[in-house]
Amino acid sequence: MRTQINAAIAFLSGFIMILAFFSANPGIVNFSQNFLTWVTIVGGISLLLGIVSILKVNLKAIQEKGKDWIFKLVLVLFVLGMSVCGIIWGIQEKTPFDWFFQNIQSPMMSTMFSILAFFIASAAYRAFRARTLEATILLITAIIVMLGRTPLGQAMWDRLPSYADWIMAYPNLAVQRGIIIGAALGAAAMSLRILLGIERTYMG
Amino acid sequence: MKKRVVLLFLASVVFSFTDFKSAFAAESTSLFRADRINILVLFIIFCAVVLLYIRSARKGKEFFIRKINGLEAIEEGVGRATEMGRPVLFIPGIDELDEIQTIAGLSILSRVAKITAQYSTPLMVPVYYPLVLAAAQESIKGAYLDAGKGDDYDPEMAQYVAGEQFAFVAAVHGIMHRDKPATNVYMGSFYAESLLLAEEGQASGAIQIAGTANPEQLPFFIAACDYTLMGEELFAAGSYLSKEPLMLGSLKGQDWMKVFLVICILLGVLFETLHIGGGFFYKLFIEH
Repeated sequence: MRTQINAAIAFLSGFIMILAFFSANPGIVNFSQNFLTWVTIVGGISLLLGIVSILKVNLKAIQEKGKDWIFKLVLVLFVLGMSVCGIIWGIQEKTPFDWFFQNIQSPMMSTMFSILAFFIASAAYRAFRARTLEATILLITAIIVMLGRTPLGQAMWDRLPSYADWIMAYPNLAVQRGIIIGAALGAAAMSLRILLGIERTYMG
Repeated sequence: MKKRVVLLFLASVVFSFTDFKSAFAAESTSLFRADRINILVLFIIFCAVVLLYIRSARKGKEFFIRKINGLEAIEEGVGRATEMGRPVLFIPGIDELDEIQTIAGLSILSRVAKITAQYSTPLMVPVYYPLVLAAAQESIKGAYLDAGKGDDYDPEMAQYVAGEQFAFVAAVHGIMHRDKPATNVYMGSFYAESLLLAEEGQASGAIQIAGTANPEQLPFFIAACDYTLMGEELFAAGSYLSKEPLMLGSLKGQDWMKVFLVICILLGVLFETLHIGGGFFYKLFIEH
């Protein structure tokens, strides 16, 4: 019974959005906009669910003194500490919350992002090993595109950038569009399955 | 908490309905946007084809679906994790629940959870959004109940780990280091974190199966994972794994729509090259 009610809500919500897309009536359009606004509000409120989940899982690990429990303690302290700072002093510039964000959280996120450069190198090394015909074609194409997009490539051969542009604008774009069209059809078929209540696994 | 969320949603419907009435009273314009008739025609054709195949499936017609190696590897991956006594890590992307790729990821999660329930293999699902957390918990719970292993279900299989992209990556790296999952499954919408996750998983020696419809991230997954589902395969995965005739019927309908679009593209190229048809095929796909 509960799944049927959920499926009915999913159908009605989807139907209203489709109706709003094809309708010029402001009443119907506003109606659908209200739905979207409330999705955002519900999403915001659900952050509490996330905080409860983080605290529950990590406090349990700290209590049991599980593996690397000290890191979990740091996490819990910062979740609570940042919340308290934000509630008491606000989140504007020159507040404790802003100091923690600018001097601890932001550098840590930048560090994580910068690791990507090393990971690209290791992944490229594996992908470009010319062991098969396809890998060799990939290697040659990558060399042309990478050199063609740098001043060094142009200095080596002035026509290299135009070959790199051709690869990006024709074979690469054609494949990307093929993937996008296929994915769009897949997404549309999946949406239809959800609207018709055939696909219900995401409801449990 | 879930009851409150449902109540809020229902309140929104009531609120929206009152607004709906006042807007109608204030202004009355055309109910239909004539400039979107082309999209409506395509929408009707698409729905008709899919519904036709769903109907055929209901009547008992069997459909052939080509083998997708990445999906065949899921059971093998869970088996490997069971033998090694290690968990399976599943990430349903880092987008919100209103992203269709996230729903596709949760659909696959449900099938994966059913297999882990059957093998009694630990499952770990770190998520990026609290709403996805609630949906993932429901999916896993449903799968464990379906497998007759309701007692083995633990709500903490799905965990909200972070609401910032690179904090999420750091948390997942921590899980990969500490718990050493034997199989990593990434299914959903991914961005810059795709390679960060997949390379770390590769370094930890896990079997990796990925799927996304974001074309920019596909090369990273292809380079770092053992199997990659590309674009539409992600959306087909739930149906493929379920083997339910109704789901497979909708896949068949989708395939015929693809044939229709390929014919339109070929005719469009021909007509535009020969300067005939007054741009009919071009106008057919324009959204106003």
